[in-house]
Amino acid sequence: MGMVRLWQSLGLLVAALVALPIAVVVLQWAVFGLGEQTIWQHLLSTRLDRLTLNPLTLLFGVGIGVSLLGVSLAWLVSTCRFPGRGFFEWALMLPLAIPGYVMAFVYLALFTYAGPVQTWWRAQFGSSAGFPDIQGAGGVILVFSLVLYPYVYMLARSAFLNQGPAVMDAARILGLNGRQAFFRVALPVARPAIAGGVALALMETLADFGAVSVFNFDTYTTAVYSAWYGLFNLQVAAQLASLLLVFVVALLALERYSRRQARYHQRSSAAPRLLNLGRRGWLATAWCGLVLFMAFIVPTGQLLLWVLETGLADLDSRYLEFFWHTLMLGAMAAVLTAVLALLLGWIRRQSGTGRWMPGAVRLATLGYALPGSVLAVGIMLVFTGLDHGLEGLFGFRLMLAGSVAALVLAYVTRFLAVAHAPVEAGMESIRPSMLEAARSLGASPGRVLRCLTIPALRPALLTALILVFVDVMKEMPATLIMRPFGWDTLAVRIYTMTAEGQWERAALPALTLLLVGLVPVILLVRSSSRR
Amino acid sequence: MKCQALLSASLLSLLAACSDSTPTTQAPDAATAGSAARTPAAALLPVVVYSSRQEHLIKPIFDRFTEETGIEVQYQTGEEGPLIARLQAEGSATYADMLYTVDAGNLWSAANKGLLASVDSPVLEANIPEHLQDPENRWFGLSVRARTIIYSTERVDPSELSTYEALADAKWRGRLCLRTSKKVYNMSLVGSMIERLGLETTEELVKGWVANLAAPVFSSDTLVINAIAAGQCDVGLVNTYYLGRELEDHPELPVGLFWANQESSGVHVNVSGAGITRHAKNPEGAKRLLEWLSTDEPQRMFSELNLEFAANPAIPSVELVQSWGEFRQDELNVEAAGRNQAAAVMLMDRVGYR
Repeated sequence: MGMVRLWQSLGLLVAALVALPIAVVVLQWAVFGLGEQTIWQHLLSTRLDRLTLNPLTLLFGVGIGVSLLGVSLAWLVSTCRFPGRGFFEWALMLPLAIPGYVMAFVYLALFTYAGPVQTWWRAQFGSSAGFPDIQGAGGVILVFSLVLYPYVYMLARSAFLNQGPAVMDAARILGLNGRQAFFRVALPVARPAIAGGVALALMETLADFGAVSVFNFDTYTTAVYSAWYGLFNLQVAAQLASLLLVFVVALLALERYSRRQARYHQRSSAAPRLLNLGRRGWLATAWCGLVLFMAFIVPTGQLLLWVLETGLADLDSRYLEFFWHTLMLGAMAAVLTAVLALLLGWIRRQSGTGRWMPGAVRLATLGYALPGSVLAVGIMLVFTGLDHGLEGLFGFRLMLAGSVAALVLAYVTRFLAVAHAPVEAGMESIRPSMLEAARSLGASPGRVLRCLTIPALRPALLTALILVFVDVMKEMPATLIMRPFGWDTLAVRIYTMTAEGQWERAALPALTLLLVGLVPVILLVRSSSRR
Repeated sequence: MKCQALLSASLLSLLAACSDSTPTTQAPDAATAGSAARTPAAALLPVVVYSSRQEHLIKPIFDRFTEETGIEVQYQTGEEGPLIARLQAEGSATYADMLYTVDAGNLWSAANKGLLASVDSPVLEANIPEHLQDPENRWFGLSVRARTIIYSTERVDPSELSTYEALADAKWRGRLCLRTSKKVYNMSLVGSMIERLGLETTEELVKGWVANLAAPVFSSDTLVINAIAAGQCDVGLVNTYYLGRELEDHPELPVGLFWANQESSGVHVNVSGAGITRHAKNPEGAKRLLEWLSTDEPQRMFSELNLEFAANPAIPSVELVQSWGEFRQDELNVEAAGRNQAAAVMLMDRVGYR
């Protein structure tokens, strides 16, 4: 029992450390003064619709979009036989490597009035009347769905693969047809994984500022940044951001409540049998092809065109450095985040885990829902505070803020949720009875973790590693403010080029980033393909 | 036991990776050693700059400074808001000797927070006009960016144009394109209008702009230019260097430039500029850099690198920019833009200028 206590305390400590920057943001409520009050009144009287209606529209649309795309694609590639299945199985993960702000700009450039598509349209039909406005909610939802569906796709795919043939067989034996078996059995059993993926997609949607500002679509983050950059009031920005967290917590709680006590333990060593679609298989091919075209081929093609147009003038030896920094930071952050997610997830699963642990983990994974720059400032405040404190104690300055260690920890705070989702979904699929059996045989918690949990979680951990790696590579606000001198990454380079709207010139670093991102995606694919 | 060894090994390697990196925090000192080795004069500390101006626009200028003086310039680029927050959080321990931003509003905000030190320099006073510097000398404009009217050369006769205010006229209904109010350039323009015309009049005018919009507001000036070229709208407001860039690539673009308010207040200008931080470790070096930036060669580089205007009025513009003709600047101190920024943002919110 002493060991379990020790592990628990360790878990709480880790969670608290990760959650510290988030707490700093939330604590900005403490400085509520007259200036803040005026701004709040102003926001409520002029922006209420944009603070509530727009983000809700976005959440609703993106939620449906990523679920439709992610689940349908995952189901097709993991249970059906159709032309190109083997290719699509990994290719459909590729859009993960495209940053949302890049996708947004490509789509805006293609579909505005002055862009090639509408220009062609006018040449055919004489006017642009009736052409949907890409800057509206529809365009933003489309872009988010295309960028974020891979989260759902990846998690759902491993869930379907994990189900094995038994579940569907049982359903069929009980007289359900294929469609019924999918909706009434396979889908509900995969629900924790799907919910985890959708939650990630929605948290990223809420926290995004890059893509929405390309479209000038006003949402919650717009108000956060307007309070900060426009009204020079960082307090109100932080207060707004922490209100966002309350909303996210409520949303997550709702999902949990709707699942209630249901538990889904499923693990099969056999992959599901592939259903032969026959001639209808081409429909599946067309659907997968369409999504891949819109989410990957269009943006990559446009970036390539821009690179060719603006020339490779910018390409020099520094790119090797950007490339290397990007890779190093991604790898360090991915390993640390995955290890911590495993640790927290595992401690939480221990029986008699205490009241605090679930709440602590939930708090520590909220960093993903905070607008990047706001969280970055929270992290920076923690480290500069630490520097000041240590100086007071020991009389010298460590300058932790601005070290690589600080930047890596910033990534952990931001992306713990991304690693936590697959790890938790993986944990769910391990029968508690197995763990209990191991412990009743006298195995220490550490030994259970080493020799039972980790091997069973291998695919989930790999997913976590790669998701975090790719997300870190794309991350911009925390990297910008926390990076040590000279540690420019590809994302920083993109920022440099886009800060003044020169998107075409950002195509080169964006394309390079995409290439770096492909490495882990392909790695993941190769190791997570059908066993 | 094998799996335990693996786990601890991976944890150890991670810790090693983290501690390996600590020396990079010493980068500025390491660089000192480098420059000291190159210049026998020694004791030449590097100048550390936090900059929201893009790397490719400052690096050539800083490189030139280093060539000339042997003083290394280290810079950290990023967004204004976080950079200023960082400066504030670091307090007396900051690395930064200089803050460089691309608009007066953020410099005003930094000065207002007590982050910038007052600089007493006859060189700067001589080179930088009064209205482009802080009245208390905490920051100085280095390059000038003019925001003015552009029009379709196919559908608008320049004689129809006059002032920013006149774009609120019903005559332009369905013909105006604007960039988002979230961009600081528009906050500054409206801020300067508030200073000149008062809150109520300005609100009426901006309301008129919004009523005249031909399309939802765009996220960049370049999009506004392209919309006019493609026929989506006829007139717009942009910073001149965006048009310059587009014209360099597409000289045939049917978009012309009109200098606004020449009979009244003059064209609205903003600055990119810099100030020395209050807790600078190398205030002498920073002052030397700031003064040098106001002299002929770097001033010429400012106008060449980004088609802006030199803050120093003695420096001529590049040919393309000269082709737009002479213009009169609004001589209202650019500091007003920062002072009125919050009011401008709220005003634009009220009238639905997104």
